[in-house]
Amino acid sequence: MSKQSDYVLRTVQERGIRFIRLWFTDVQGFLKSVSISPQELETAFDEGMTFDGSSIDGYARRQEADMLAVPDPATFQVLPWRREEQVARMFCDIVTPDGEPFGGDPRTVLKRNLQRATDAGFTFYVAPELEYFYFADSGPEPKVLDRGGYFDLTPLDVAQEYRRATINSLEQMGIPVEHSHHEVAPSQHEIIVRYTDALTMADNIMSFRLTVKEVALSSGIYATFMPKPLEKHDGSGMHLHLSLFRGEENAFFGPDRASGLSTTGEQFVAGLLRHAPELTAITNQWVNSYKRLVAGFEAPIYITWGRNNQSALVRVPTAKKNKPASVRAEYRSPDSAANPYLALAVLLAAGLEGIEHEYELPAEAPGNVFELTAAERSRLGINRLPETLSQALDLMERSELVHRALGDHVFDWFLRNKRKEWELYSHHVSRFELDTYLPVL
Amino acid sequence: MDVALFPKDPSESLLAALALAGIHPEPVDSLESVTQSRAAEWSILIVELGDEPMRRMRHLAGIAGDSGLPVLVVAEGDHLDLMSQVTGVSDFLVTPVNPVELRLRLLRLQRASGSEELIIFKDLQLNPLTYQAHLDGAPLDLTFMEYELLRFLVERQGRVWTRDQLLSKVWGYDYFGGARTVDVHIRRLRAKLGEERASWITTVRSVGYRWG
Repeated sequence: MSKQSDYVLRTVQERGIRFIRLWFTDVQGFLKSVSISPQELETAFDEGMTFDGSSIDGYARRQEADMLAVPDPATFQVLPWRREEQVARMFCDIVTPDGEPFGGDPRTVLKRNLQRATDAGFTFYVAPELEYFYFADSGPEPKVLDRGGYFDLTPLDVAQEYRRATINSLEQMGIPVEHSHHEVAPSQHEIIVRYTDALTMADNIMSFRLTVKEVALSSGIYATFMPKPLEKHDGSGMHLHLSLFRGEENAFFGPDRASGLSTTGEQFVAGLLRHAPELTAITNQWVNSYKRLVAGFEAPIYITWGRNNQSALVRVPTAKKNKPASVRAEYRSPDSAANPYLALAVLLAAGLEGIEHEYELPAEAPGNVFELTAAERSRLGINRLPETLSQALDLMERSELVHRALGDHVFDWFLRNKRKEWELYSHHVSRFELDTYLPVL
Repeated sequence: MDVALFPKDPSESLLAALALAGIHPEPVDSLESVTQSRAAEWSILIVELGDEPMRRMRHLAGIAGDSGLPVLVVAEGDHLDLMSQVTGVSDFLVTPVNPVELRLRLLRLQRASGSEELIIFKDLQLNPLTYQAHLDGAPLDLTFMEYELLRFLVERQGRVWTRDQLLSKVWGYDYFGGARTVDVHIRRLRAKLGEERASWITTVRSVGYRWG
């Protein structure tokens, strides 16, 4: 028994914890949970807990249903929102009955990609900006709580209390918050979480989404990470600030270059840009995701980079003087309903590909790409992100890089499942069509 | 050895045995006063059942576990069957009390509870044996590495540690996460300690961290 598991066993006993939730994630990024009692904990550490994999989306077919969830003791945390009945959670790795890491487990997929970074001497750090909406309920029509705008203060920002309660819960779970504010759209909020290593951050994003929803639920309202719930307003993004460190040194730090990035940093960003079209199906996985990636809002649609350009896909924020640690690349297209494990896995794979094959960073994009004509854009070699889920899937299907990063199991299942989602959507006759065509055709 | 004794007026024979054993307990007015906030002052609680065994055992059951203190019960042979009813009793002695036995049992309890090693800083209390941390009497939920880092810093107050030193001493030298791991954990600790106490960990510019 490791010191870590020993610590968990003792804490469970000392604190009188009644249930331990074993958390893992399905392929689309839904959090799954198996509750066990303290008596089962030791077995869970030694052997894992058996569950029926065929009941989890994207895990197993009937004939290979048995899976084992092995808790990671380093992720043990008492849940702050259930004080009356002590409940703790741990994230799990999923293994097959033979003890092999299971290829359909997103956490395992991310770990495998992180190993590539480790082998190259890098640690991958991530800080996300997470946006979401509060609505009055989960009914079919979104009902906003306020008409507030960016950085609005009370009394418009009635949801400030919910946000504060959420931040308290996050901090109690060891997820430090950098800052938070009301976003541009009514009822929209943003919380910026401090950087940590990519695996912990993917776990943190899962905890984050649950915490936001739990706090909303206990306040009698509804929180959603749907990418674009309000047609006339900005959608909810998940900008990801990415950096690679070699020990204590930021491998992206390049103070004497125009980009502010080292060669490694430039190659990483070049990798993100070149492979952006094929990995967008993962970072923006829903039909609705593509309603956010349209012109006229803050979301990026062109594959560009810039230093302080808010319309670029990759932004390289100007680093503060003497703060080499803060040099990073901000990848701005993902939405907060992505599967964080898979999104970070493909982004890392794209960046490492750029470093390995020494990609050249293209020229920085001019001021506002949206104002250029199509001809000007094509002359500058500026391409667009996929416009629909269907297009994104076509690009992903041809991608060796995404296939390698995800592995056969997730790659195949994801394409199959998402093709089906697109097909269902294609059958749908929208309000737009009825309003536009019915009166005139 | 800091021993709390209840009731305030125990039997003459117990007092004599304590004196012979070289133990000088502090009598307390009520069992309630031996709760979380004052528990840190003592390492063991002695309760004599005396002539109200039922009442005191019930009373003891009510507070048992609250204080986290080991409890030594002194009882008459007739009342021994009561011992099985309460979980908060760590050990017991039958009257008349043998001073040598009393001293040995107290030493054993003290060693077993590890209360000699309780680490205290202001209203923060760490128990290295149970891995538990309490802040202002309330349990603090830490991960193992957060706990280890906190303990390392608190035990060595006032000294400045570099990230590399912390990494090799707390994590072990071959940990692959790199020195940024330390920053990440310091932030998480500060978040859990809360706004008022976050400044207990001082960042020493371009060197590292210091407790207090």
